[in-house]
Amino acid sequence: MSAALLRVDHLVKRFGGLVATDRAQLKVHQGEIHALIGPNGAGKTTLIQQLSGALAPDAGHIVFDGADITSLSMHERVHRGLARSYQITSIFKRLPVLDNLALALQARQGSSLRFWRAARTEVQRYAQAAVVAERVGLDGQLQQVAGALSHGQQRQLEVGIALATGAKLLLLDEPMAGMGAEESERMVTLLQSLRGECTLLLVEHDMDAVFRLADTISVLVAGRVIASGAPQQIRLHPEVRRAYLGDDFEPTEVDA
Amino acid sequence: MADAPLNSAAPSADAVPRSLLDHALSLRWSLPLLALLLLFPWLAPLIGGDFYLGLAARILIFALAASSLNLILGFGGMVSFGHAAFIGVGAYTVGVLAQAGISSAWVVWPVAMGVTALFALVIGAISLRTQGVYFIMITLAFAQMLYYLAVSNKAYGGDDGLSLPGRSIAGFGLDLADDRTFYYVTLFLVVLAFVLMWRLLNARFGHTLQAIRENETRMEAIGFPVYRFKLIAFSMAGALAGLAGVLLANLSSFVSPSMMQWNQSGLLMVMVILGGVGHLWGGVIGAVVFLLLEEVLSHYTIYWQFLLGAVLLAVVLAAPNGLMSLLQRKGRA
Repeated sequence: MSAALLRVDHLVKRFGGLVATDRAQLKVHQGEIHALIGPNGAGKTTLIQQLSGALAPDAGHIVFDGADITSLSMHERVHRGLARSYQITSIFKRLPVLDNLALALQARQGSSLRFWRAARTEVQRYAQAAVVAERVGLDGQLQQVAGALSHGQQRQLEVGIALATGAKLLLLDEPMAGMGAEESERMVTLLQSLRGECTLLLVEHDMDAVFRLADTISVLVAGRVIASGAPQQIRLHPEVRRAYLGDDFEPTEVDA
Repeated sequence: MADAPLNSAAPSADAVPRSLLDHALSLRWSLPLLALLLLFPWLAPLIGGDFYLGLAARILIFALAASSLNLILGFGGMVSFGHAAFIGVGAYTVGVLAQAGISSAWVVWPVAMGVTALFALVIGAISLRTQGVYFIMITLAFAQMLYYLAVSNKAYGGDDGLSLPGRSIAGFGLDLADDRTFYYVTLFLVVLAFVLMWRLLNARFGHTLQAIRENETRMEAIGFPVYRFKLIAFSMAGALAGLAGVLLANLSSFVSPSMMQWNQSGLLMVMVILGGVGHLWGGVIGAVVFLLLEEVLSHYTIYWQFLLGAVLLAVVLAAPNGLMSLLQRKGRA
């Protein structure tokens, strides 16, 4: 088995009396698409918050790319190659698509403590931003103000911004949230196309999409990872069926 | 210099976006304005003499102070309600050094700016850990602390303020005691500071600062140490306000605690809001319009503050984003 890119070790997060993350264990391997599923309130977003550095765990360790990152701040984690997207779209609504992506590129390309030279002279950075825009299917909207994009396009930009940070591992918090069938389809295609480019850890409620995309699925129930394995194993896992999927759940079959 | 947007009409490559991150110097009307300001010492005697030279210097100084507030308030989204404190620190540094017998402008002015930057660094380091209303309150609290410190410090005049023996000494044939020379030195420094702010806003740092205003959480999530950037901007704004304080102390050869009272911070905020929050020219336009209105209205009636309030109300209702937004809307139509 290849080395894990991300290893979560006995992670604990309490909110008062509530244990939101209960000794969670998780391994995400290099290059895979890993889906994290679980019923509402299972603590998926809380876990993502801790992985990205927005919340500090009470106990346990997060090891990324061979280093313990548990105590690193969010921006330090981004520089090591761990970036996230948001469940509720968090983009720069008043700025055009190109600016949204160019800012993410700026974060990793050299110092931003430049006080004199006009940022607009960095033609290459904007060209790279255009490449990322094309990658996420927004090449027709480069100069469009992000807030004026459709919901689906904003979700694509959401992923694009995370992608532009040059992350090795993308934490995607419900990328299909609030999407119609056609928009979801576009997102699935987009995420498929990222395979090989970076590793994805994806929280998603759309089971159809999860079973089509994921190489590995982990199931979170009440803050604990109760199962982790290939989609076929998870589908047949008795505990998972009882806790989450429901006995009559049959995802659409898709040939791999 | 040609690489930054000098005019909004400047051509740009298709692949480079134009957005609210861009700030044009608008040479079409900023150059005539500069020419007017350069000629003003010759024009002033025609309309009433040296009094107007002093008023013009005062307006320039407040244009600098308001612009420095706009840097953090308008471009950084940091609603600081204690900005006058930095004017006070700058001014008091001049006063304290003058009492110690140090009055060379080449020493006093940079030291004053450095001291103010340091105060801003410490105040910012604590205040910027809070958000929203708490940030407003904590910056106000720090400013009031400094105000009461100045009021209670009898060694430096306490409540009565501190009279300076005269303006700073510049040497090189520059006699700052001469109003015309002082006016030109003030004009030079204010224009220099303004050009620096313009460059900064269009540079990477300015884009970062404005993007933090737009979406702070996301900036952190794409890898920017947001707190550090805000603190740097806060300190720079403090240093520029400190320079305004230095000039103000020299203008009247007098330093007083009232320079840093909370209503002075409010005044700077009103100027920024009047001119345009987050507009390059917002602080300048706000200071010019406010101080000219004050001057004109107080000529006609002792109830000028009432009238000034009415005018401000009208402006805010007609142009919620300040006078600059009104000009821009006209420009596009």
